[in-house]
Amino acid sequence: MSALPWLLPALPGLAGVALLVTGRGADRVAPVAAVAVTAVALVLAVLAALTRPAATTPLFAGLRAGLAVDGLSSVLVVTVCAVAAAILVFAAGDTGEVRRARARFFGLMLLFTAAMLVTVTATDLALLLAGWEVMGAMSYALIGFVWRDGSAVRSAEVAFVTTRAGDVGLYVAAGCALAGTGSLELAGLADGARPWRDLVAAGVVAAALGKSAQLPLSFWLSRAMVGPSPVSALLHSATMVAAGAYLLLRLRPLLAATGWAMHLVAWAGALTALLLGVVALAQRDLKQLLAASTCAQLGFMVMAAGVGALAGGAAHLVAHAAVKSLLFLCAGVWLAALGTRDLGKLRGAARRDRVVGVSFGVGALALGGVPPLSLWVTKESILTVAARWSPWLYAVALAAALLSAAYAAKAVAAVWASGDVRGWRRPGPLERLPLPVLALAAATFGLVGLPPVFDAWRRLLGADGEPGPGAGGLLLAGVLALAVTAAGLKWRVPWSLPGARDWLGLERAASFLVVRPVMALARSLARFDDRVIDGAVNGVGRAGTALARLLREKAEAGVDGLVRDVGTGTGELAVLARRPQTGLVHTYLAQAAVWLLLLAVVIALTGWTC
Amino acid sequence: MDVLTVVIFLPLVAAGLLALPRIGDRGAVAVWIAAAAVDLLLTVVMWHGYRGGIGYETRARWIPALGAGYHVGVDGLSLPLVAMTALLFLACALYSARRTTRARPYAALFLGLQTVCTGLFAALDLLLFFVFFDLSIAGMYFVIAGWGHGDRYRSALRFFLYTFLGSLALLLGFIGLYLGGGGRTFDMVDLTREPPFAEASGTAGLVLLAVGIGLAIKTPTVPFHTWLPPAHTDAPAAGSAILAGVMLKMGVYGLARIAMPMLPGAWQRGAWVFVLVGVVGVLYGALVALAQENVKRLVAYTSVNHMGYVVLALGAAGLVAGDTHARQLAVSGAVVQMVSHGLVTGALFLLTGVLWDRAHDYDLGRFGGIAGVAPVLTGLTAVAAFASLGLPGLSGFIAEFQIFAGVVGTGVPGAAVAGAVSVLGILVTAALMLRMLHRAFLGAPGELTPLVSDVRPRELVAVAPLLVLSAVIGVAPHWLLAFVEPAAAALVSLVSR
Repeated sequence: MSALPWLLPALPGLAGVALLVTGRGADRVAPVAAVAVTAVALVLAVLAALTRPAATTPLFAGLRAGLAVDGLSSVLVVTVCAVAAAILVFAAGDTGEVRRARARFFGLMLLFTAAMLVTVTATDLALLLAGWEVMGAMSYALIGFVWRDGSAVRSAEVAFVTTRAGDVGLYVAAGCALAGTGSLELAGLADGARPWRDLVAAGVVAAALGKSAQLPLSFWLSRAMVGPSPVSALLHSATMVAAGAYLLLRLRPLLAATGWAMHLVAWAGALTALLLGVVALAQRDLKQLLAASTCAQLGFMVMAAGVGALAGGAAHLVAHAAVKSLLFLCAGVWLAALGTRDLGKLRGAARRDRVVGVSFGVGALALGGVPPLSLWVTKESILTVAARWSPWLYAVALAAALLSAAYAAKAVAAVWASGDVRGWRRPGPLERLPLPVLALAAATFGLVGLPPVFDAWRRLLGADGEPGPGAGGLLLAGVLALAVTAAGLKWRVPWSLPGARDWLGLERAASFLVVRPVMALARSLARFDDRVIDGAVNGVGRAGTALARLLREKAEAGVDGLVRDVGTGTGELAVLARRPQTGLVHTYLAQAAVWLLLLAVVIALTGWTC
Repeated sequence: MDVLTVVIFLPLVAAGLLALPRIGDRGAVAVWIAAAAVDLLLTVVMWHGYRGGIGYETRARWIPALGAGYHVGVDGLSLPLVAMTALLFLACALYSARRTTRARPYAALFLGLQTVCTGLFAALDLLLFFVFFDLSIAGMYFVIAGWGHGDRYRSALRFFLYTFLGSLALLLGFIGLYLGGGGRTFDMVDLTREPPFAEASGTAGLVLLAVGIGLAIKTPTVPFHTWLPPAHTDAPAAGSAILAGVMLKMGVYGLARIAMPMLPGAWQRGAWVFVLVGVVGVLYGALVALAQENVKRLVAYTSVNHMGYVVLALGAAGLVAGDTHARQLAVSGAVVQMVSHGLVTGALFLLTGVLWDRAHDYDLGRFGGIAGVAPVLTGLTAVAAFASLGLPGLSGFIAEFQIFAGVVGTGVPGAAVAGAVSVLGILVTAALMLRMLHRAFLGAPGELTPLVSDVRPRELVAVAPLLVLSAVIGVAPHWLLAFVEPAAAALVSLVSR
């Protein structure tokens, strides 16, 4: 039991909340405070990676929630904190996109980081889901950071609602885990009873594919590009999309236990790597190209979880985090300096500032899998396992790898082309500072593939027996990547495919198949509620009033008329009865005589009949 | 005199004070705030002194000929609701501190309502419960008709007639329970100990039907919910907050306090009906809310959605084939949801009241970009909206996660399907809350936006504590769950008899 696992996310989390609550008043101190907090968090993360602490607390009756740093988590926490620190240093110097409301910006970024830290250290589904969803909400707030822009807010909504559509799977998975194992512990999920184990796997896979922007939910990541570049840099590298890959790597035993889930995941990842690679190649917008490449690279990690390449997948995650945060920060520099993300207008941008340009070049070549840079090695360590799994899967993955070389070359060719960019704002020292550091990591992380290092790496991740990157595969992929890159740089094919440029029409399909029918259903239900249900209630009310009116006009008049008639009748009878009262004795005598006579007749008649 | 009785009747005594001729409007508000604050303080004292079981129990003779008595007490089911009631009434008092016309009768009415609401949650006698239940309807009628806006008389009348009809069904059910119980008593503890109609299952079903319809109207569940949107739309903000935050809980609380433990057999047989009504309420409420253009109607329909989760969980608790622990989890989630919904929806209605106060409109389409002119208002609304859509770190998640995990976790296939379908509710709620934020608070300014100014201090001190408490429950729920979980376990064992 230790306080460190709680302290690690609590520090950036509380600092983030403090900045958000203070608001504009903290705008000046926010960058310094945020960078300092992330630096301390990085120290804590390294400490946690060395000491491997664990802590639990009772959450619900009989269910404990816990945070723990094991091998995989230690890799993740250090990566998350390091990348977040680099990005926040950049953002502290950013005078372009995050010029205003800096307390809000840095507060949200810290909370975002804290949520990711909870996600990657949680040992049970409840805490995992908590971090997972808060991260989604923070991505909403950050993508829609420039809230005056209605389209940015709309994009933020698309991102949040789409990822939450996947998150629904985690809620169901939690319930099924309870039914199948009686607990929410991640470690026990693989041993659950069927069919609950399969349902848990289905829910987890849905959530992870949504979060990692895999097919068919990739489109939200395209939308997420409207956020400020530091947001893209964090969201695309060590957080958010990485969470999906992390979860699948973490729950690899569950996927393997079900059988079908590991095949599904392996193929979903491979196909995303291939198809989104095509999408990336078709983009004209630098950030869109990078976004599609994120989906594709995440596809390799997802595939790694499917085929069981844990060490390879984790290595790819780390290397990609460095590469992609670097590329987005460079794109941010150019966006701030030149006001454009269009590859055509960015010609020569890399030549204006060599630190930025060379860093971007290193990052992009690494992304393309060019030897000896990092992704070449880490990707191959996944492909080696995939090749044993199925030659078809290997073929698809290899094709996807070549695509990554092509789109990376496309980006490098565009920004390093000789061209004359108009208007230039020199990036500040803080903006430039993290770029070489990240570039160094992007270049050298491939050392993890050296046999003795890889041996230590897979022991760290508990993946003993996993083969390292094979020499033959490395040679093949390296040569091919070099060839494709060289060709791409030489000929600069403005490769374009309309269907691929708008991300395979995925968002339109989602809008057509889900969003519009649901909105139509909502509207018709609202009308139904007003007209039919409320109409029925009103009808009862109206019927009551109508009945009352009817009673008043018809029945009431009848009853009242009867009463009145009785009254009038009585009165008339009284008038009649007064007639004999003449006061004259002879008329009384005559009346008495008539009555007696009548009486005698009656008696006579009844007497006879008896 | 017992502290619980003081908590119940202190507001009424304060309302009596307001009848003194010397007190003006400002004095009335001061008395109101002071009484509500003292009441909250006493509730906190009760919270600390509570030691399990039925606490602070008081029995006194009332109508011995009928077997009805003044019997009050609190347990883990009712104490959180009593505390939430005290907090919400104090928030309403602070919120209404200025700018309320005819403040004296208004304060007196709310103080009276506070006694009625607290008394209902503390009541351990059916007749006492019923008296408070009916008085709450009458009190809210005057709040809407007297201080509302728009088509307030019609809305108030509809509210009164509809819920009064419900209370008649409830009375019929209570008489049934009285006649069916061996001891001819209205005492809830006695009736729970020896449930009526142990032999006559058909009659028990009919009594559950009467009680169920009565409480379903109050909750409200689909299709008995149409009194809710107009009542909310035309009520003053504080009235809406109390109506949604406190009075809607009377329905589901009644299910958990009366229907489930006193008619366990009938509840088990009818469990699927409640599960179904819950799921329909969740989806229907969320979808209809998604299509609303009026922000108050929108929030009103989310109440239908949120109460749907509670009904679903209580229904699933009656599925005796399911895992006991999971059913306890679901019931615990239902109780947390009652508290959470009170805090969050109370806050949301007070915040929409700010919009009405400034611009006299609720139309989403006429606002936009409020974040530019009222950042604090926007921040508070965003937190409340995310709490309402069940974001972790806020109370809604603690409630809904337990409900989903509990309902699916029962292991009964039908319940798992019901749980999985109702999870879609949080997706629709997310979409509708973000849509509301986008249309009113973000994006380009709308025609009424210049009229909106940021929250005033009294509005802030009224709303912020509700949201802070929601966050406290969301981050560290244990202090609340320590009360709720034993009560949930007890309720599940009672309904499983």
